[in-house]
Amino acid sequence: MAECHPVGFQWVVEARARGAKVFHVDPRYTRTSALADRYTQIRAGSDIVLLGALINHVLSNELDFREYVLAYTNASTIVSEDYRDTEDLDGLFSGFDHETRSYDPASWSYEGAPEEAAAGERAEQVEGGRAHARTAGPDQYGAGGAAALPRPAADPTLRHPRCVYQILKRHFARYTAETVEELCGVSREDFAELAEAITANSGRERTTTWVYSVGWTQHTVGVQYIRTASILQLLLGNIGRPGGGILALRGHASIQGSTDIPTLFNILPGYLPMPHAHRNETLDDYLARAGGDTGFWGRKRAYMVSLLKAWWGDAATEENGFRFDHLPRLTGDHGHYNTVMGQIDGTVKGYFVVGENPAVGSSGGRAQRFGLANLDWLVVRDLALVETATFWKDGPELETGEMRTEEIGTEVFFLPAASHVEKEGTFTNTQRLLQWREKALDPPGDCRSDLWFYYHLGRLIRERVTSEERDLPLRELTWDYPEEGEHREPSASAVLREIGGVGADGQALSAYTELEPDGSTRCGCWIYCGVYADEVNQAARRRPGREQNPEALEWGWAWPANRRILYNRASADPEGRPWSERKAYMYWDEERGEWAGPDVPDFEKNKRPDYRPPENAAAEDALSGIDPFIMQTDGKGWLFAPAGLSDGPLPAHYEPFESPVRNSLYGQQCNPGLRTYPRPESPYNPERSPRFPYVLTTYRLTEHHTAGAMSRPLAYLAELQPELFCEMSPTLAADLGLANGDWATIVTSRTAIEARVLVTERVRPLRIQGRVVHQIGLPYHWGWGSGGLVTGDVTNDLLPIALDPNVYIQESKATTCDVRPGRRPRGGDLLAMMEEYRHG
Amino acid sequence: MAGGGWFARWPVIRQLRGQDGRGDAARSARTDALRPRVEEADSVARSVCPYCAVGCGQLVYVKDGKVSQIEGDPDSPISRGRLCPKGSASKQLVTHAGRQTAVLYRRPYGTEWEPLDLDTAMDMIADRVLRTRRDTWQQEHEGRVVRRTLGIASLGGATLDNEENYLMKKLYTALGAIQVENQARI
Ligand code: SF4
Repeated sequence: MAECHPVGFQWVVEARARGAKVFHVDPRYTRTSALADRYTQIRAGSDIVLLGALINHVLSNELDFREYVLAYTNASTIVSEDYRDTEDLDGLFSGFDHETRSYDPASWSYEGAPEEAAAGERAEQVEGGRAHARTAGPDQYGAGGAAALPRPAADPTLRHPRCVYQILKRHFARYTAETVEELCGVSREDFAELAEAITANSGRERTTTWVYSVGWTQHTVGVQYIRTASILQLLLGNIGRPGGGILALRGHASIQGSTDIPTLFNILPGYLPMPHAHRNETLDDYLARAGGDTGFWGRKRAYMVSLLKAWWGDAATEENGFRFDHLPRLTGDHGHYNTVMGQIDGTVKGYFVVGENPAVGSSGGRAQRFGLANLDWLVVRDLALVETATFWKDGPELETGEMRTEEIGTEVFFLPAASHVEKEGTFTNTQRLLQWREKALDPPGDCRSDLWFYYHLGRLIRERVTSEERDLPLRELTWDYPEEGEHREPSASAVLREIGGVGADGQALSAYTELEPDGSTRCGCWIYCGVYADEVNQAARRRPGREQNPEALEWGWAWPANRRILYNRASADPEGRPWSERKAYMYWDEERGEWAGPDVPDFEKNKRPDYRPPENAAAEDALSGIDPFIMQTDGKGWLFAPAGLSDGPLPAHYEPFESPVRNSLYGQQCNPGLRTYPRPESPYNPERSPRFPYVLTTYRLTEHHTAGAMSRPLAYLAELQPELFCEMSPTLAADLGLANGDWATIVTSRTAIEARVLVTERVRPLRIQGRVVHQIGLPYHWGWGSGGLVTGDVTNDLLPIALDPNVYIQESKATTCDVRPGRRPRGGDLLAMMEEYRHG
Repeated sequence: MAGGGWFARWPVIRQLRGQDGRGDAARSARTDALRPRVEEADSVARSVCPYCAVGCGQLVYVKDGKVSQIEGDPDSPISRGRLCPKGSASKQLVTHAGRQTAVLYRRPYGTEWEPLDLDTAMDMIADRVLRTRRDTWQQEHEGRVVRRTLGIASLGGATLDNEENYLMKKLYTALGAIQVENQARI
């Protein structure tokens, strides 16, 4: 955190000065470790073992926050007798189909989920696992997640053998301090101290928070890493309370915004799923299968219809399903890596790359570049000439002779972009906060904002459309934004206002609860509804922090409804009283009949704690006054996920796809549902191969940014971190005959790169399963171009294209490699060496 | 300021004599005459750092039509005026010499960049989008209506504004392009 989110880390430092204890768990000792109370080195790719053992520690010593767990989680819920755990099936859950390598989650459901349930719900239960395996699943149910019974059978004594609590107990029993030592390389003493600290610091009086970043997500079990942390935090009562939570530190200025208003294939704005050809023929089919009808997700018709109205305006009517048919349909995985394979195969012909640099930034860079070289046309928009724009002129495959400029048919357009100070608009930061940026000056030369580019591209395309049916969605598209200045820049505030939503009277809406299912409201992203409340750009509010309380509700605007802590109903006990004086936050004010406190309540303001829903209530009315997780169909935090995940209702430790270690917890070595692309452009290191004996992890430096196009051309930053290096322990360096500053070549099945050796105690050899395992670390900011003042080999070229089956993120944090002294071979010699590694 | 000749007033001498080098003893006639760049700015815009997702507040100072300084915004409850090395260097991000300001074009099998007029480039791109869309259009797939093209894909970075992502998704969806992706997956 100190390295990659430095200014955010000031709050950790401040908390520590006020008595907080800080643990840092990381494969490498970093600036964060230097400022922590305890640093624990861990083998990359083994965190579920550590977190699972913490869960086991909580459960076997009954250290959970029982009142919270009983009231706010599904601990007491009874699960179907058809369910089989990894304990019964040596690392698999029930429902696995070996042929399709995917799960049918029907057996994971709650007891009493009726056989003949509503058609949609049942279909979802049956299709769930396979459907996800094909379409980056969880999002197919939208923000609410998959549906489950709103009032399932439960045993509040938590003794029923099939209640979630007992299932959890059995499932995590094998995650012990011994397995942590054996698989993570963490000593029993270190584990005991961590376990003692987090349990002592949770409960009524205290809360503990976990902070993570892509070190947890970029794995073939990335989603389940986060699930494990969620289970732990729910058991300890640390969700929805001040000082609690699981804080995702997102890496880029508006990576949160890019997910909320997604340029992602499987979702529409506000986590509404993209429709699927085989399940969603009509708007009604779609809504029946896009998650449950209880909780706030039960209003999904209003969210979806308002989006369709924002896009197709008056042309979208009740009679024509609000133009739901205008949405193109998915039939499977259309994600980034699949698209690259489509480029190599020649099905993807045109490619827009906007402020991104896959030739350096994506895993398996060679596959990326072979894809680029096989396009008809490529449009690159950036501040500098990134490697993705120049690969045909200077890419590494020219040096090896695998490509020749004169033989690359790709037509390339490079369009220079406006910088963040040359345009206005909002970023959504890591805490879901939208902050409006004012424009300081006009962009130089041909530089334009991406807003300008897409607005005018849309305008030119719409000028060219025909009367054909295919062009109807373009003809009817609402695309009238006021233009400003001599460049005819579209008004970003007009776009933000459309995102925020307007009512039947054309006035800006204040909250998503005002959205209607009948087509009378329009809203481009329901979770952002209210960002233009009272016709004021709420994201532009800048009341100084020192004039406000710590929540700072008048600085920017946080979705949803300007709430700062999500699920904050859980900060009060079931009766609505603060759990303790010390941790008081939101509470029920009986006199006023409303929820009060320093934040916006994440609950209906006037819903009493003693409210109990009548039979057949819908949407939020179906949740009681003690159901804080208002997006879930049952209002509970899910310790056990009866549906909605493609690789199991509970997390299990699986080794990275490429690992030098045998999974000693189960017979199942890696995630059974993980996704790979075994083909010549994407070869893999064999499991536990002696040719690739070391664990490789990649990371970022404070002084650089991702693929480097925003940092390598800057003199200050280039000078601070001029050169690619490879961190290794003195022991490994001695084994390999390397000294600090020497050149080394790092090899995987994909390719080999060279780096200077940084010999340091910051990475230490680990004892895993009784033998020594070495880890090495590589930052990934270098490339050959981008106007960089410093250049270097491309680290991501080494990485495998192996993906998590839920969200298709690549495993870039834990893989295997070889290291050899000296610089890498050049030209054909490199290819010859690679042949030997792959087949020798 | 302490008395004595020019030599005695020389900051190095004063510091050697034990005065605090960060305080008065660091001053000289030259430093006294220095004015902060921000004081002379023609305008200042309230902005946000474009690197990581902490979202530190920035104040962007402009003088004579150029960015003259970027500093942390002390009003921000997130950053309280602080910026890390990247945020502090961001003036160079917008002013560095490697920044491209003209459209470039590489024709198929070409060996060099060629200049191209922005309006022409926009027309050419619009034509290509429609041509590829027409050539690769799928009205149906496995007997179901899909109304899409798998011939056009997009990959965006996560420094795109919300408004930009919104127009991208809206336009691509109306075009029937579904392979729309972002750094947020990666
Ligand atoms: S100044 Fe540093 S910590 Fe703050 S947003 Fe920018 S990159 Fe992140």
